[in-house]
Amino acid sequence: MTRLPTLSWSRAEIAFWLLPIVAFFVFPHYLALGSQVMIAALFALSLDLILGYARIISLGHAAFFGLGAYTAGLLAKHGYGEPLSGLAAAAVVAAAAGWITSFLVVRGQDLTRLMVTLGIGLMLYETANQWSSVTGGVDGLSITEMKKVFGVFGFGLDGRTAYLYSLAVLFVAFNAARLIVRSPFGLSLKGIREGERRMPAIGASVRRKLVAIYTVAAGIAGIAGALLAQTTQFVGIDVFSFERSADLMIMLVLGGTGYLYGGLVGAAVFMILQDYLANLNPVYWQFWLGLLLVLLVLFARGGIIGGFDTLRRRFARG
Amino acid sequence: MTAALRTHGLSKSFGALKANRDISLSFDAGARHALIGPNGAGKTTFINLLTGALAPSAGDVFLGDERVTALSQHARVQRGMTRTFQINTLFPGLSTLESVVLAALERERRGGVWWRTVAGERAALDEAAEILRRLRLERDADTLTRALPYGKQRLLEIALALATRPTVLLLDEPAAGIPAAESAELFQVIAQLPREVTVVFIEHDMGLVFRFAERITVLVGGAVLTEGTPEEIAADGRVREVYLGEAQHG
Repeated sequence: MTRLPTLSWSRAEIAFWLLPIVAFFVFPHYLALGSQVMIAALFALSLDLILGYARIISLGHAAFFGLGAYTAGLLAKHGYGEPLSGLAAAAVVAAAAGWITSFLVVRGQDLTRLMVTLGIGLMLYETANQWSSVTGGVDGLSITEMKKVFGVFGFGLDGRTAYLYSLAVLFVAFNAARLIVRSPFGLSLKGIREGERRMPAIGASVRRKLVAIYTVAAGIAGIAGALLAQTTQFVGIDVFSFERSADLMIMLVLGGTGYLYGGLVGAAVFMILQDYLANLNPVYWQFWLGLLLVLLVLFARGGIIGGFDTLRRRFARG
Repeated sequence: MTAALRTHGLSKSFGALKANRDISLSFDAGARHALIGPNGAGKTTFINLLTGALAPSAGDVFLGDERVTALSQHARVQRGMTRTFQINTLFPGLSTLESVVLAALERERRGGVWWRTVAGERAALDEAAEILRRLRLERDADTLTRALPYGKQRLLEIALALATRPTVLLLDEPAAGIPAAESAELFQVIAQLPREVTVVFIEHDMGLVFRFAERITVLVGGAVLTEGTPEEIAADGRVREVYLGEAQHG
């Protein structure tokens, strides 16, 4: 049952990745929402790497999302609108910020980490707010100079390029994350999650590993932010907002931590539900989301994926 | 000959409590050395000072010729000194095999490798399988640690330590909490370790101590009372008074 996983794909996984391609053809009017889902999924994937695998709790992950968004946004605004290099620059900037702040984050325990990450997020939000000459402040940053992907696919109003571009980036990042969690480094992270006290006693430096994964996760969050900036051609200061970090946590817990797919499923359920419920009643939609969340943590620990996992094992046993 | 492990004036105070007082001990390479003493004698504190889990108030620890007092826990493990825990300190959500592979990979400093899967790490996998076989855990390779019976978890404690390939192995009550028959079996495994490995163990069962130890150090009140061969310790009136007498009641 716990045989060590290779990189081969199960049938369920292949089916999962066919869904967004099917959706592209079946729901051509929902491509904008689809892009949003995939950006949120990528963002949730990055949180899962630190929360689900290294058990670092963060309420300020939007800090890296925002840095990525502004990096890509400002580059495009100042004439460097090539999308892929924009993503790379965003990843580098966010990862650098992640590396610097990791030293504050990894030394503490849960409560310290919660407060430190929250504090860093708030500081960046206010910086973006005050520094309006660069960031556009509350008015945000409009980008009209996005170049075409590979010089061929422009970000048109139909949202097709944005959708496929987001899907491709998500898929590449997911593969990287999947390799990481199945590697010796990933096993070490699970070791930290499962028994942090034992790790030094088998000769492992916990701190260095936490710094590494925090940096990687920050970089991926930066890519997610950059995707948002490039596909919507706008950056608002809400990219740094506390709500973004909190919603992210909800998405991941909803989907299930420590599976990688949990973040993707959670993001999709959250965003689609938000869209549907907000159309029914734009004011009170969060009530139903809250109810779903309470029911899930009470009756299906491990979120949606965790719930499926439990069911699957129960059926397997007969 | 240089001792495999040596302490000089090792002391640890917790406020007014002197848990370890001026302990200077030397463990020869290949020793089978027991640390005994009544509860609160400071045995586990001593292990914690040796491994770096606690920082000493005074004194030094030498591993071979090297002073390791200032080194972190993981750095000492990398230099060959590994411990086990009195209370299982394992990885509940990892399988038995994964846990041992993890320890073997860390020893090889491959714990940072992210570009290939664990399934591709043949050397570490083979070695882990071999260690599991030696401890008769091979059938439980895919069992999650949290689902293992307690006695097997005690064996896994030792398996993890062996995977670090220690030259000095510190066993903190390896047989704690398992039935007498199983604990003799467990000590049999320890006795079969290669002679290059220096074994220092804390144990309360005097039968096991006198069967497996070649030297015994008695700690009382955080300080060394005496040290000697099992025969010398058995004949020592003071030891009988402070420790063996009490043990017969408990």
